[in-house]
Amino acid sequence: MRRGDDISGSIDWVTVMLYLVLVTFGWMNVFAAVYDENANQSIFDLSLNSGRQLLFIVASALIALVITIIDMRFYETFAYILYGILLLVLLSVPIIGKEVGGNKAWIGIGSFGVQPSEFAKFVTALAVAKYMGSVGFRMDNLRNQAMLFILIGVPMGLILLQKDTGTALVFTSFILVFFREGMSPFLLIVGICAAVIFILTLLIPHPIYLHIAIGVVLLGLIVMGKKRLRRIVLLTVGALLISGVIESVDYVVHHVLKPHQQNRVKALINPDADPLGFGWNVTQSKIAIGSGGFFGKGFLKGTQTKFDFVPAQSTDFIFCTIGEEHGWIGSFIVITLFVALLLRIIFLAERQKNRFNRVYAYSVASIFFFHFAVNIGMTIGLFPVIGIPLPFFSYGGSALWGFTILLFILLKLDAHRGEVLQRI
Amino acid sequence: MNEGRKEIFQVVFVLVGFVFLTKLFFVQVVDNRYADLANSNSILRVIEYPFRGLITDRNGKLIVFNTPEYDLQVIVKDIKNFDSAKFCQVFNLTRQELRKHFKDLRAKKKEYSAVKPMRFLSQLSSEEWARVQDRIEEFPGFYIQARTTRAYSTPALANALGYVSEISKEQLKNDESKIYKQGDYIGQSGIEAFYEKQLRGQRGVRFKLRDVQGIEKGSFKNGEYDTISVPGQDLTSSIDLNLQRYGEKLMKGKAGSIVAIEPATGEVLALVSGPSYDPNLLTGKKYSSNYKLISTDTMKPLFNRPLMAQYRPGSIFKIAQAMTALQEKVITPETRIVCDRTIIGCHGPHTNEDLRGAIANSCNVYFYTVLRRMLNQGKANDPFSDARIGLKEWDSHITSFGFGNRLGIDLPNEKDGLIPTPAYYDKAYNNRPWKFSNIYSIAIGEGENLVVPLQMANFAATVANRGFYYTPHLIKGIGKENKPLPQYTERHYTTIDSSYFKIAVDAMQQVVDAGTGQWYAKLPDVVVCGKTGTVQNDPFPAHSVFIAFAPRVNPKIAISVYVEHGGQGAGAAASIASLMIEQYLFKKTRRQYIEDYVMAGIFAK
Repeated sequence: MRRGDDISGSIDWVTVMLYLVLVTFGWMNVFAAVYDENANQSIFDLSLNSGRQLLFIVASALIALVITIIDMRFYETFAYILYGILLLVLLSVPIIGKEVGGNKAWIGIGSFGVQPSEFAKFVTALAVAKYMGSVGFRMDNLRNQAMLFILIGVPMGLILLQKDTGTALVFTSFILVFFREGMSPFLLIVGICAAVIFILTLLIPHPIYLHIAIGVVLLGLIVMGKKRLRRIVLLTVGALLISGVIESVDYVVHHVLKPHQQNRVKALINPDADPLGFGWNVTQSKIAIGSGGFFGKGFLKGTQTKFDFVPAQSTDFIFCTIGEEHGWIGSFIVITLFVALLLRIIFLAERQKNRFNRVYAYSVASIFFFHFAVNIGMTIGLFPVIGIPLPFFSYGGSALWGFTILLFILLKLDAHRGEVLQRI
Repeated sequence: MNEGRKEIFQVVFVLVGFVFLTKLFFVQVVDNRYADLANSNSILRVIEYPFRGLITDRNGKLIVFNTPEYDLQVIVKDIKNFDSAKFCQVFNLTRQELRKHFKDLRAKKKEYSAVKPMRFLSQLSSEEWARVQDRIEEFPGFYIQARTTRAYSTPALANALGYVSEISKEQLKNDESKIYKQGDYIGQSGIEAFYEKQLRGQRGVRFKLRDVQGIEKGSFKNGEYDTISVPGQDLTSSIDLNLQRYGEKLMKGKAGSIVAIEPATGEVLALVSGPSYDPNLLTGKKYSSNYKLISTDTMKPLFNRPLMAQYRPGSIFKIAQAMTALQEKVITPETRIVCDRTIIGCHGPHTNEDLRGAIANSCNVYFYTVLRRMLNQGKANDPFSDARIGLKEWDSHITSFGFGNRLGIDLPNEKDGLIPTPAYYDKAYNNRPWKFSNIYSIAIGEGENLVVPLQMANFAATVANRGFYYTPHLIKGIGKENKPLPQYTERHYTTIDSSYFKIAVDAMQQVVDAGTGQWYAKLPDVVVCGKTGTVQNDPFPAHSVFIAFAPRVNPKIAISVYVEHGGQGAGAAASIASLMIEQYLFKKTRRQYIEDYVMAGIFAK
């Protein structure tokens, strides 16, 4: 028998404990979100979301077990094959998929449906890790970089076709991984600038004001600095580029984004503008969280969330229940747990001895981070409403399994990190 | 080379967590706004239904308005100490009915919610409302939701007005605008459907605060977020309600239609479909039971004949025929043709008429010959291709009068009618060749031609205007601007020179002064121009048709009348048309014997 088939000693129990605590707390909140005190319900009732979520959790445990039993080399060896299968499945979703809530992102097996896009995350992470870990890969090689963007761009595009914008956006979190592995921060900086310009374009009623502001800054720079032709030309070209970006953002916002997406962005900037229309979600979400106070109303004592004031309260807006019933203390615990998990994953990532493992670990961290930041950000009104789940909390089998697989493949790889060097 | 990037990740993660906790600290602990809301518990959204726009006639008389009605709503969670016996007594229900209402509520499944207001009883009348309003307090959890329902000042004009009812599941699913919610009312036919967008107005919402007991504690933030409902736009109809009522009286007991148009504007003055029904039958609580009754009636009162019935036009088509032939120069007004009655029959004592006389006497042989000249112009060598070329030219002229395609009136379900084209005959003859002798019955408005009564009236208006028409419409003013939709202010010209219309007008005057129409259509003090039509319908009595306009100079009204099984066009239809013209121009009936004749309704032999 090979050494390491029993990995109970080498698996990172800290992460497992964090996982268990988060999942259990999540499950309780799913129950709280649907709880009706008059109905004398049980948390195990299979007709409730909480009962079904428990089934999903049991299935997750089995999945985690299987992952730790499979040979660790499987994940690297079959990364591309899994990726290929994934693309095929994603391609077939618009054809054989069933429609749930306006999105055709589900594949039905009997009365049971799975969302392939949730599994796309770990498969893409494996593929990206394998590619970056391959011999001869150089982050500063443009062709290699292009290939990376194709690897994340194709599943992202296919998911966009299913109109699941939220999940598609999750794939941008891989850019953080590329950054960690040596990509110039230029792209990140450009991205942040674009976001700032984007927000400004929305805030300012007509783009002409922005153009004027840029013109003024340009003139100022030309007058103040050295008056060399080369510098003036460069500045002017830069200014024209930014103006172009503003125009295109303006176009995108008013012509490409669908009305409900426009409203979500507008609600972020000024949620009070239309609290009954597009600001409803954010306003109600904030009232629910805000009404929790410091200590919260107590488990199952929340009124806002379970009275259907907050939409999607057991899925995307599950954090409202935490905020309302457990107050700032509860929020503090949950956020601390998440940050601890993220930091732990970074710790695991940095102790890996090969690039495949490290890249994969950073992918896991980045994906979790994206979900955590965007989901909670939107519930408390710091981010536009983008429909992605809060890991381990939001109700839903596919999402829970997707996150479990992501995490446990990492734990499996980590448990065997010592063997990697022997293999090479 | 990637020194420090790990630390960037760590810092960012901690920073985001810190930002969240800070923001949460402000939202949850510092900001009392939310804490206050926590005490007062929840915000109640109360919908204010807008007033649907009113509809008046051209003289400002109210046709359609709103009356209040009340729904009883329930929030199941708020029901406390429910006394079912008292409830039954107050709301006049039996125990079984009450149980059934609760069962229905539960049966809603997906839409069912214990915490949202749901409709319990629909459409309480004002009387019921008056009885229960003082006692509603005794039943916590029950609320009254006020809204309005449609009411009609007159039993006239049912088919044109249409009706309003609750939006169906299907309509809700297909609604792209996402404006409608379950239980909303929507225009289902007629003007109510066509002008739904203008009539419906905008829903308002009021936010009310409630405490833990569900008792209202005033408005949320002093009503800062409330929106007032915006009433729908009022519509001014072009209908003359007196004329409309008079037309419906004349059509009582008959199947058919009357369409009257003001030629100078295309405004529809009367749109009578016989038989009809009282639109008040299709409002409020009585809707479902009455709808069943009306929709299964064998006389089809919901069938809007002026727009949907497709008839053969009969001899009135000879006018269009004449102008087409003049335009193509196959005849002149002076062309005389011997009425030999060998191939096609005729009637009346005439033998060798010119064009005007042929129209006045409705000579079949004349127009048979005219169409033959039209289709066989010798532009091709064989008679088959020649007829094909001729028919194509004929088509382009005939359709320019608005025949063969729906005109685009502001009502749904308008039919096209049919003007045969070469392609149509190819199909009818299975691609075997056809020529003039196969298709000549279209010469006198029989055969394959189909027109709807609206197109006939529009044709009369076109002749009255000497060559153009405005698309007929029932709404001449929308809202404060008081203008019709833009498509109704555009002139449509025919392909016929205006000068040829003078000949048609001459002939139509002759029809009434001295021809087939002289007995029933002639009116004192005004020159009426008209044309009779008798549409063969063997073995049943013929259909009676008449189109007319008056006065000859500066016409004020153009009209078409179609009476199914009414016999000679010169009888029933001509009488009704002349009575309508008289009523519109002189506001009274000066020939009581004609009205008696029409009301008696014994036309066909």
